[in-house]
Amino acid sequence: MSQQVQLDEKKDIHVDKEVLLEVRNLKKYYPVHAGFFKRKVGDVKAVDDISLTLKKGETFGLVGESGCGKSTAGRTILRLTESTDGQVIFDGKDITNLSGSLLREKRQDFQMVFQDPYASLNPKMMVGHLVDEPIRNYTNKSHKQLKTEVEELLERVGLRAEDYFKYPHEFSGGQRQRIGIARALALNPKLIVADEPVSALDVSIQSQVLNLLKELQGEFDLTYLFIAHDLSVVKHMSDRIGVMYLGHMVEVGDKDAIYKEPLHPYTQALTSAIPEPDPLIKKERIILEGDVPSPQNPPTGCVFHTRCPVAMPKCKEIIPQLKEVRPNQQVACLLYDKE
Amino acid sequence: MDKILKVNDLSVSFDTYGGEVKAVRGVTFELDEKETLAIVGESGSGKSVTAQSIMRLIPTPPGKFASGSIEFNGESILDKSEKQMEGIRGKDISMIFQDPMTSLNPTMTVGKQIAEGLIKHQNMSKKEAHHRGIELLKLVGIPNPEARIKQYPHQFSGGMRQRAMIAIALACNPKILIADEPTTALDVTIQAQILDLMRDLQEQTGTAIVLITHDLGVVANAAHRVAVMYGGKVVETGKVDEIFYNPKHPYTWGLLGSMPKLEGSGDEELQAIPGSPPDLADPPKGCPFAARCPYAMKVCEEHMPEYTELSDTQKTACWLLDERAPKVEPPESAVVGGSKVNG
Repeated sequence: MSQQVQLDEKKDIHVDKEVLLEVRNLKKYYPVHAGFFKRKVGDVKAVDDISLTLKKGETFGLVGESGCGKSTAGRTILRLTESTDGQVIFDGKDITNLSGSLLREKRQDFQMVFQDPYASLNPKMMVGHLVDEPIRNYTNKSHKQLKTEVEELLERVGLRAEDYFKYPHEFSGGQRQRIGIARALALNPKLIVADEPVSALDVSIQSQVLNLLKELQGEFDLTYLFIAHDLSVVKHMSDRIGVMYLGHMVEVGDKDAIYKEPLHPYTQALTSAIPEPDPLIKKERIILEGDVPSPQNPPTGCVFHTRCPVAMPKCKEIIPQLKEVRPNQQVACLLYDKE
Repeated sequence: MDKILKVNDLSVSFDTYGGEVKAVRGVTFELDEKETLAIVGESGSGKSVTAQSIMRLIPTPPGKFASGSIEFNGESILDKSEKQMEGIRGKDISMIFQDPMTSLNPTMTVGKQIAEGLIKHQNMSKKEAHHRGIELLKLVGIPNPEARIKQYPHQFSGGMRQRAMIAIALACNPKILIADEPTTALDVTIQAQILDLMRDLQEQTGTAIVLITHDLGVVANAAHRVAVMYGGKVVETGKVDEIFYNPKHPYTWGLLGSMPKLEGSGDEELQAIPGSPPDLADPPKGCPFAARCPYAMKVCEEHMPEYTELSDTQKTACWLLDERAPKVEPPESAVVGGSKVNG
């Protein structure tokens, strides 16, 4: 343990009681092999140098288009995939290099809710066993105790205690997502990473699940990292929002700032493209030209310059860094560079 | 304006091992020339089956047209032979599918897939079809069409594949374009591009569009009229303004209420619709929404309500509009934009 403390001092981890999760310069590169000898020819930079901080009890929304690295970021933070570089500090402890039993111990505190409720539950397992699996994994509770706990959990997420003996195929998509949530809650975690938890559900069911997640947050004292591509859903759920593009974090801020006064040209285009469910609102939409470039061969300088309506010559050369432009709003764009 | 398409009391069912599934149960709507009709509903509400019936893409068996008629330009689609249908598909009526990744042929170049319809329906030579293909790709906004036309679908990105599919669908200047969730598989910024493209093309070519979607945001931006489907039935239909500002059916209220509002603070609870959609293998006797409706009365479970005409264009099937029913105001969450047009 003394080694851990030393490490903490060396890397200057401040022990801010308010902060639950701190991610510093996280990178995840996937190597690309090609040719006869399968030599490494490059990297897909799925997550390239992102940093974020989550305070206790808040919801941080991560948005971006498909392929921008938001899911990889979520999985790398939970160490479901190993990072290439960077640090993840959870509850005052660096978990980036934890291994074996130390990591296993910590895993109780961070759980995940997956996107596809049809694929993420083992079809051969009874709902009761799906939900008590994490508890069995960490404690030696008796069968009876487990059963009462699971039944309470099932009722809490809006299912019935009798559902204990059923199998996943007997449930609809929304109900399956509730099972997934019960499973994530079973160990009373501090952080839940929800990766597109409602995108596979119909609108009327989607709102049921969103409401449930909000209720549980207060009740179980949860902190959420909420990953989604649907901007109105993210706005509804989050306190602060980070916008990702091609592996980079381009803007971070309070949700109202992000939606009302976005600073980064990409955020501006993204928010203007949301179709508003109101026929009278005719928004001035910023239509971006072209498609997202390949992350294997990202543009030089600012990754957005190929589609940016206000790109300058220097954008091709300089990689912009996140800078606080307004209070609680950081943006990585050369437009806001004073020099 | 002339009615180009009339669907009257259409019922489609499928024979399965679990019994007969009644996917569409008595759907009636009309389509004017040059207009966009949006069909909105959840998965399993019958919206895609309705669209595929218009193209006669439902395999029979197991599918079965139990009753009703589809008239295109005064001719009955359901009475046509398969051969006659081949002359209509892609020429008079064409379709854009949801998933551009799987609905293009991966073994054919994009140019060949566009040319197919042109050669068959318009007797063009291969050379002419090639030139027209380049024009079409240009029309849908694909850069460098001369090179792109020789490429295969896997060399295109998702947004470009959807554009290519629109080019194929528009190749023969169809009178009706059926778009089944055309933007669902795409990102928001690309979605905005495709919706704008469809609107521009409609202005240029005058094609009538049937837009199938579950996204009310897309509906508000792209449609002239809306039909809301639930449990295989159209529960409410009207102009887009009527549906958004003066909805009368509790399901439409629920749909509008369950959308997270952008101008909201995020603290308000979403108006969720409790429960889940009905099982169409054993559809309810009365109103399909009765089991989830907060205002359901006894009569709702027993009898399907008739349509009440609220205006020349708006029709709603709900017992609440019966004069004997109690007066119910829509919940606050269903009020769009904070102001009602007729309210």
